Amino acid sequence: MTTLLYDGSFDGLFTAIFEVFEYRYRDVEIVNRERFHQKNIFAETHEVITQTDKSERVLKKLEQNLGKQGVHKFLKVFLSEDSELEKVILSAIKQSVKNPDKNILENYTDTNIMKISKICKSVDRESHRMTAFVRFEKMQDDIFFSKIDPDFNVLPLIRKHFSDRYQDQKWMIYDLRRNYGILYDLETSDFFYPEEKLEIKNYQDKFHDEEKNYQTLWQRYFTKTNIVERKNLRLHVQHVPKRYWKYLTEKW
Amino acid sequence: MNFDRLKEKLEILADAAKYDVSCSSSGGTRKNKKGALGDSSVSGICHTYTEDGRCVSLLKILLTNHCIYDCAYCVSRSSNDIKRAAFTVEEAVDLTINFYRRNYIEGLFLSSGIFKNADTTMERLVRVAKKLRLEENFNGYIHLKSIPGASDDLMQEAAMYADRLSVNIEIPTESGLKLLAPEKNRQDMISPMRYIQKGIIQYQDEKKILKKVPKFAPAGQSTQMIVGATNENDLQIIKVADHFYKNFNLKRVYYSGYVPVLEDNRLPSLTTEVPMLRENRLYQSDWLMRFYGFKAEEILDPNIPFLDLEVDPKLSWALRHLDQFPVNIQTADYQMILRIPGIGVKSAQKIVSARRFQVLNLDHLRQLGASVNRAKYFIDFNAGNPFLKYLTHQNLKKLLMGGRSSKFHNQFSQQLTLF
Repeated sequence: MTTLLYDGSFDGLFTAIFEVFEYRYRDVEIVNRERFHQKNIFAETHEVITQTDKSERVLKKLEQNLGKQGVHKFLKVFLSEDSELEKVILSAIKQSVKNPDKNILENYTDTNIMKISKICKSVDRESHRMTAFVRFEKMQDDIFFSKIDPDFNVLPLIRKHFSDRYQDQKWMIYDLRRNYGILYDLETSDFFYPEEKLEIKNYQDKFHDEEKNYQTLWQRYFTKTNIVERKNLRLHVQHVPKRYWKYLTEKW
Repeated sequence: MNFDRLKEKLEILADAAKYDVSCSSSGGTRKNKKGALGDSSVSGICHTYTEDGRCVSLLKILLTNHCIYDCAYCVSRSSNDIKRAAFTVEEAVDLTINFYRRNYIEGLFLSSGIFKNADTTMERLVRVAKKLRLEENFNGYIHLKSIPGASDDLMQEAAMYADRLSVNIEIPTESGLKLLAPEKNRQDMISPMRYIQKGIIQYQDEKKILKKVPKFAPAGQSTQMIVGATNENDLQIIKVADHFYKNFNLKRVYYSGYVPVLEDNRLPSLTTEVPMLRENRLYQSDWLMRFYGFKAEEILDPNIPFLDLEVDPKLSWALRHLDQFPVNIQTADYQMILRIPGIGVKSAQKIVSARRFQVLNLDHLRQLGASVNRAKYFIDFNAGNPFLKYLTHQNLKKLLMGGRSSKFHNQFSQQLTLF
């Protein structure tokens, strides 16, 4: 048994996968260095040094076999932060290398492939929900600010959506759990990684003068557009799970 | 802008608009221009859901609830003693833009009571859309209600700025319409719809030849009808829907279970329950027509013109056509796999993909996400299926319903609960 330790980055993971083939490891597991606790004292460890040329070669091969969409699925699995993500990705890639002419991601009866399909569904659902549930609040400096706390690391998946949509206003989306965000300054939208967690206590003090008014209007609209005779809270909670309520202006 | 007055108007005019069912924001193809606001994606986004469980994706408001008509089923009817209000064009635009900027909505659904006449009202609706597009550079979604009887010129302009247009045909049968809305006639509703339909076809033809053609109602048309306000049957409703899908290329037909809001001896009494289950069955039938390849005639039998409230229409069809089953999962074509109860569009697609790698069994189907409890009686595997002995069982329906509690049970039961 060999344990490959990588730095937790996407390129690191794919460098590790390259090296699995390069060194012809058979019995192997890939582990994020930060999460590594030596369990198996007989296992040999191998330190992977991230090399983008190696990861790119793997990705290029995968794109040939599985198309852009296939590669995108691996990215989603990576962003899911699932505890088995390295295992299922490695398994799928091994299958794909063996059967280059087949789209092995459609082999839904394989446990690992099915797991990929399920993870992708969850990640897709959450990133779609983030495009829906982000609520911007206009600040004094005219930036539209939003804080989120998603179960999966979906910011990279929603950047394009918001960049396409909001081009004439400054905006920022900040992931509270992972302590990073996207900032659009009317020119480009870039990720930013603050050294300390952003101070968001009492940030309402810095609201633009008009912000409270539009929040109230939205809350009133939300109440009035409901049809009381058709009340169905079960359905409501099914669509808007409670863990998202903290984001939602209309739920305050 | 007077905030308190605006708030009051919003409350009145959102309240009056909420009976319009459509909130779809899909089908738009309006890409953002550099430095502008808004982008309509094909899939559409529900930004929140009301406590009745309906999606909120658009700011759905009436421009005014003043109305010259007196339709029995409508809260805004002229004889109803309610607070009246009207937005200015600026106010409607301001709300849309500011809600959109905060990511509350995908865009605007603007309808209106009819003040003065059809054209005056339609012209005002068009002005809102035009200002959003031309002055605010807004590329979000706009759904405008076509006012019955509006002139072709105004419909032309509406289609240039809106993504979707709709006319509600309100009541499924003409006789019902005559009874409840004597001042309206079907023809006035149909003619703007026909105009838009022709325009859309012409646009599609031109687009094949010319590179740049101005957009013309790119997300198409929809309509809605009220269910349960008059005594139409489900077969009539499905036929009307089918007629509109076939002859008007409608994107969607919506069904709205009648919510008793007014006392009127032509209408069901105020204590009548909203027919939610019936509405749900109609939507299921609609899905069968649009995504499952069913024809309207297959869904209901003229002898039994109402949908079975106990089982969904697809299962109901299967039970009436046991001779078509079992379906071999390994060899049957996609269309037939779609007809197996318990297998939806996604599972059917996965089945067709996965069977190229492996011979499928019941466990595989479960893994794929099919509702095996229902499907197992209707399918055959290469290795055989022990559940098939029940296929011809006279109690198959009971078997299928046993151990299954409907999400509608009790909550929307049309049966009176005595204890």
